[in-house]
Amino acid sequence: MRDKHLHIALVGNPNSGKSTVFNALTGLNQKVANFPGVTVDKKIGTATLTDERGEKRNVEFIDLPGIYSLYPKSIDEEIPFRILCDPNNELHPDAVIIVADGTNLKRNFFLCSQVIDLKIPVILVINMSDMMRDKGIDVDFELVSQKLGVPVIPMNARKGVGLAELKKALTATPGIPRHDFLDIRSYAPEVVDGVRTAINTTSNYDAFLAANNLPIITDFEMQKSKKERIIELCHKYQFDSRQMQARETLERYKKISALMGETVKQTNALRKSYTNAIDNILTHRIFGYLIFLAILFIIFQFIFAFASYPMNLIDSGFAWLNGKVKETLPPGLVNDLLVNGIFAGLNGIVVFIPQIALLFFFIAILEDTGYMARASFIMDKLMRRFGLNGKSVIPLMSGVACAVPAIMSTRTIQNWKERLITIFVTPLMSCSARLPVYTLLIALIIPNRYIYGINMQGLVLMFMYLIGFVAAIGSAWVLKKIIKAKERSYFMMELPLYRVPRWSTIGLHIIEKVKVFLFDAGKVIISISIILWVLSSFAPGNRFQVIEEKYKQPAYSAVPRESIERKIQTEKLESSYAGMMGRVIEPVIKPIGFDWKIGIALITSFAAREVFVGTMSTIYSVGDEGKTQLTLKEKMQGEKNPETGLPRYTLAVGLSLMLFYAFAMQCMSTIAVVFRETKGIRWPIIQFLYMFALAYVSSLAAYQLLKP
Amino acid sequence: MLLSELRRGDKATIDSFTDYEASLKLLEMGCIPGEKIEVVRIAPLGDPIAILVAGYLLSMRRDEAAAIVVNKI
Repeated sequence: MRDKHLHIALVGNPNSGKSTVFNALTGLNQKVANFPGVTVDKKIGTATLTDERGEKRNVEFIDLPGIYSLYPKSIDEEIPFRILCDPNNELHPDAVIIVADGTNLKRNFFLCSQVIDLKIPVILVINMSDMMRDKGIDVDFELVSQKLGVPVIPMNARKGVGLAELKKALTATPGIPRHDFLDIRSYAPEVVDGVRTAINTTSNYDAFLAANNLPIITDFEMQKSKKERIIELCHKYQFDSRQMQARETLERYKKISALMGETVKQTNALRKSYTNAIDNILTHRIFGYLIFLAILFIIFQFIFAFASYPMNLIDSGFAWLNGKVKETLPPGLVNDLLVNGIFAGLNGIVVFIPQIALLFFFIAILEDTGYMARASFIMDKLMRRFGLNGKSVIPLMSGVACAVPAIMSTRTIQNWKERLITIFVTPLMSCSARLPVYTLLIALIIPNRYIYGINMQGLVLMFMYLIGFVAAIGSAWVLKKIIKAKERSYFMMELPLYRVPRWSTIGLHIIEKVKVFLFDAGKVIISISIILWVLSSFAPGNRFQVIEEKYKQPAYSAVPRESIERKIQTEKLESSYAGMMGRVIEPVIKPIGFDWKIGIALITSFAAREVFVGTMSTIYSVGDEGKTQLTLKEKMQGEKNPETGLPRYTLAVGLSLMLFYAFAMQCMSTIAVVFRETKGIRWPIIQFLYMFALAYVSSLAAYQLLKP
Repeated sequence: MLLSELRRGDKATIDSFTDYEASLKLLEMGCIPGEKIEVVRIAPLGDPIAILVAGYLLSMRRDEAAAIVVNKI
């Protein structure tokens, strides 16, 4: 697996500017991959550095998730631990760049001192030199370097200040830190010595950490006998890991205080900063919420209204492409697969890009300026009652436009349980794809009348949006009671200083999100799209042939060609595998008022809810005469229930159908994104079943209560 | 008294912890016994709170703040 690249890991506290340093080093040469089983992305970038003799060296950088210490508190935080503390890990770096926030050195030195004791070559970057000047923090970098035994480079990564020096230090290949920061061996000499021999490390601290994190260590790549040896040692010498950890933390901070006393001077006293002034407004009990609402409103406008222009452009682009293919390729299976299978799937993927890009444009700004932490601060108490987090508000509101970017944006929620609940309930918010379904059905069953000056159709539409919101919040509350947290979670977070957003970082963030969606979720979407095409384009035996033969008979020669084509399409869909499935599920959906024709639409609109309208048009042989909705509405109104002879689409059926579309997970793109964001098949399945059950029960209740 | 009982603007020094598990996390974040802190901000709904500790703003929920015993200055 190892190549001759130099492998460098970036380690640092959240908000230390680690990703800015990573971006400055690698630019666009980045790729995002998965760490198996966890929800953080593996960001890897490459760069070619030239050393003093003019020789080129390829370097591979890995941007590790932000951590405060080498004691992991969550599964995601285990990643840096595993990579740094296990010398046999395939990502174990040749050297580490520690990025420290210069305005916050005490806490940042803590992690730094831990990594130094691992005896991995370290370069310490003290970032945000500009802010340090503002705050009057004066650091003797030379002395820090001497005391810690590692090279120290002051940087202002946002402006690229110090980048050349960092690159130079990298090509010189830093050595192993010259001395231990803390004499950890004296805490438990027998255990440290024993474990060090067992796992074959030169670092006393690595051995100490191994003993401290037994559950994680035991699945490191090492022989079973060694693991048993470690466990045995810990038992024998009664190694109390919590007490050891507390003692280590206290002593580290004590030494750090001493170090800072010698090397750091705060020249002018800490005056009330502009951050404090901004916070007075942004966390104000009235203005705070008004501003938050205004921000939501702007985001919402952009992803709901303005995104529709590029989305329509994408749709017409694909329509044009489809037309070209239909014309140029001979009619037949390949033509049809391309147009209705592959292009339909691609269209369904690409069309999300404007919304994803826009939403992440805003989210990146909110994160980068430091506002997101404040939003969480003012909303937390309200949302916590429902098992959600202050930051859940943005995904939930974005869910009204589209659940796909909304679910991708839950990354900002650190607490896993709260994040999971947010992902779980966001698809219940009424997204824009439900709108065509609601519009058709409301026009069908609700009279366009005004009562007390209120339009009834508008009222029902509002009710549908409201019911989605209530279902989301209610489900969140239920989940809060059910889901047991795997790990104890903390809300504790830094409220970072306000900063001007960096446009290059935001640009890279958008590109990264779009790429992840295109390639990760895209695979699932296109596969399902092809499966659905197969289901609706094939029939057992020679059924399709029989249909075509039938309409070639002289009896139909007087009927216009177009009308015949539509009749053929209808009958083909009805006799296809999808049509058969519609009949198969009829007994299941009959209690909620659906017939097999609706069943077909349920199956085909699994791709995306709005496909419902298209399938209904095919079933009722409605052509593209520009007024599809109207004629489809008339056809559906004319449909009779063969058992009763009364109209099929009664108020009961219409409401039942709308409720079904409000709650059921009729969206493969959402499933694909949930799969990607929860890194597993378990949650998408549970979510699908839950939403189906919710849909079925509410449709059943509506139909049975309202049916004549 | 407990950190969660302080009002906005109150200053105190950290004395000890009431919850061993939470103390490990708090220590890491720079909440060390003897350290001076100040309650800078309380969220409009009364929870969470934000304290100035070790030179930075740390926000935490009230139940987390209840794990810290402080001496008011």
